[in-house]
Amino acid sequence: MRLHEYQSKEIFSEHNIPIPQGRLAATPEEARLVADELHGPVVLKAQVLVGGRGRAGGISLVNSSDDAEEEASRILGARIKGIPVGRLLVEEAINIQQELYLGMTVDRERGETLVIASAEGGVNIEQVAQASPEKIARLGVNPLLGLREFQARNLAAEIELPRSLWRAFMTLALNLYKAYQDLDATLAEINPLVITSEGRLVALDGKIIIDDNALFRHPAFFDKRDTSAEAPEVAEARKFGLSYIKMDGDIGCMVNGAGLAMATMDIIQFKGGKAANFLDIGGGASAEKVTAAMRILLADPQVKAVLVNIFGGITRCDEVAHGIRIAREEIETQVPFVIRLAGTNAVEGARILADANLETAHTLSEAAEIAIALAERETA
Amino acid sequence: MSILVNGNTRLVVQGITGHEGHFHAQAMLDYGTNIVAGVTPGKGGEWVLGGKVPVFDSVHTAVEMTGANTSVIFVPARAAADSILEAADAGIELIVCITEGVPVKEMLTVKHMLTRQNAILLGPNTPGIISPPDTRVGIIPGEITFAGNVGVVSRSGTLTYEVMHALMMAGIGTSSCVGVGGDPIIGANFVDILSYFEGDSATETVVLIGEIGGRDEERAAEYIAEAMTKPVVGFIAGLAAPEETRMGHAGAIVEGGVGSARDKVAALEAAGVRIARTPEEIPGLVRGR
Repeated sequence: MRLHEYQSKEIFSEHNIPIPQGRLAATPEEARLVADELHGPVVLKAQVLVGGRGRAGGISLVNSSDDAEEEASRILGARIKGIPVGRLLVEEAINIQQELYLGMTVDRERGETLVIASAEGGVNIEQVAQASPEKIARLGVNPLLGLREFQARNLAAEIELPRSLWRAFMTLALNLYKAYQDLDATLAEINPLVITSEGRLVALDGKIIIDDNALFRHPAFFDKRDTSAEAPEVAEARKFGLSYIKMDGDIGCMVNGAGLAMATMDIIQFKGGKAANFLDIGGGASAEKVTAAMRILLADPQVKAVLVNIFGGITRCDEVAHGIRIAREEIETQVPFVIRLAGTNAVEGARILADANLETAHTLSEAAEIAIALAERETA
Repeated sequence: MSILVNGNTRLVVQGITGHEGHFHAQAMLDYGTNIVAGVTPGKGGEWVLGGKVPVFDSVHTAVEMTGANTSVIFVPARAAADSILEAADAGIELIVCITEGVPVKEMLTVKHMLTRQNAILLGPNTPGIISPPDTRVGIIPGEITFAGNVGVVSRSGTLTYEVMHALMMAGIGTSSCVGVGGDPIIGANFVDILSYFEGDSATETVVLIGEIGGRDEERAAEYIAEAMTKPVVGFIAGLAAPEETRMGHAGAIVEGGVGSARDKVAALEAAGVRIARTPEEIPGLVRGR
């Protein structure tokens, strides 16, 4: 679960990482109040969970409270990459001398946390990493020892920070690692981490992603996911424990297991069609879950045919067939189906489908060919 | 004969009195697997599965009393890392963690600890391993394969079943089928399993089933080019899948541009692996050697 900038900064602050002074504002009037409190130039930052906010007009530097109110009104009324802006973070403007980068994430290949730092932070950090990898310092962390002082100090030296800042950088890096650990984060990132003209280190922007599998340990964030940057059907799918990604084809897919779901999309493409979505109903899906999945699939007006591919292991094919039959009865739709069942209770499942006059296929290839033909007929 | 599990396997089921654990323990037993013990803390002294299997309070006791050498884990996600560490501490040689959704932070610690022990871990989030005709550890259905000379290794669950089924329909049996698990941090990887198949006299051909994300397939390609003498047939899922959502800048910096299905196919082909475009093409490629 990705946190907002303001949430990440609250966590930074709780872990003694310096952040700019500021507060959230939900209305232009509130933005003016915060600007009044802060005296002097302020930065307004839209709190939306999309990348490239600044370039999309979601960040604004203003010099007066009047301007703060006016700009706040503009940003709060705007959409940033299609996402409505509900809140702004209003912060004191910081005089920047240099922008650094400091981040940590899981390196799955090495099986450890990797800490990354660079003296050339900011929005172009990924280009820096590609063009000049030598400007990026990396360091693996032993999970039992955690990030050690000497390691953080070595990072500071490696990115050629002035010696006067080593101690501050070291403390900040250790604090960020502690936040990363405390929150069960899979990513904690400060970009940019700035050196101010007064020679202080301040976290100007931050991003934290909490491991979804550890959310149960964090009641403050559990059930507080901001889904405004997601398509409604994605949030709906998550509610039922389904994994859904919209694509731009016309064959709706419902499959059990992520690998098989991808292979199903691949075979549709291989046979000349295009999948409308990725939809994994997971293992042991109930009839109720199958019905919910069908609803989400059929809500997409681009879907001209539906391919269901189930290989029963824990999942029972008769249970899935039952769910499909209920869905066909409850949802009004003209969209044709083709269903391929194999594995646990496939014979019983096929009988249920035959009773409901639903078309079945024996193999995945056959199912894909039928689905493509059905979609073409619907389009013609 | 097979890799990792066989007639010498003495299995302990961690979480045997839970719903999932009990159900799958019965299925494993029916297949012929030698289940010698179950573990559920607080239920030591009970007997389950028709009075055939004793339950112990700890893996240590189970090992001491029954000589268990392999464990399979069906406990809830929040207890799974602890169960893996307990099994390793008790001297279990092969640990198969079926549980999915184990927090990454715990897995980093587990992975680190396992480097200091001799245990091999499959998973988490694996369907397990099957060595037909009589040993299966996990949830891979027994009806979709029979004893033969093809080794299968995969990151996926149901996709593996699809491939095993396709092989069976073509009259091709397997020595062992192994799921390494679908999580970001797992125990044994493709290279480990390929090396076991390379050393297994019953395995003549290996089928590798990969998917987008990570670089385990790329590492496998390097290993195959350098050290494998047996032919390998590959399938990579995800050619038509959306680009993986990257984890911030740090994720992009760590993973760079690698991990796409196309890259993996290219790396494996360069290593001499014949790539199937659909699961149904796999039997033909296996026979075509």
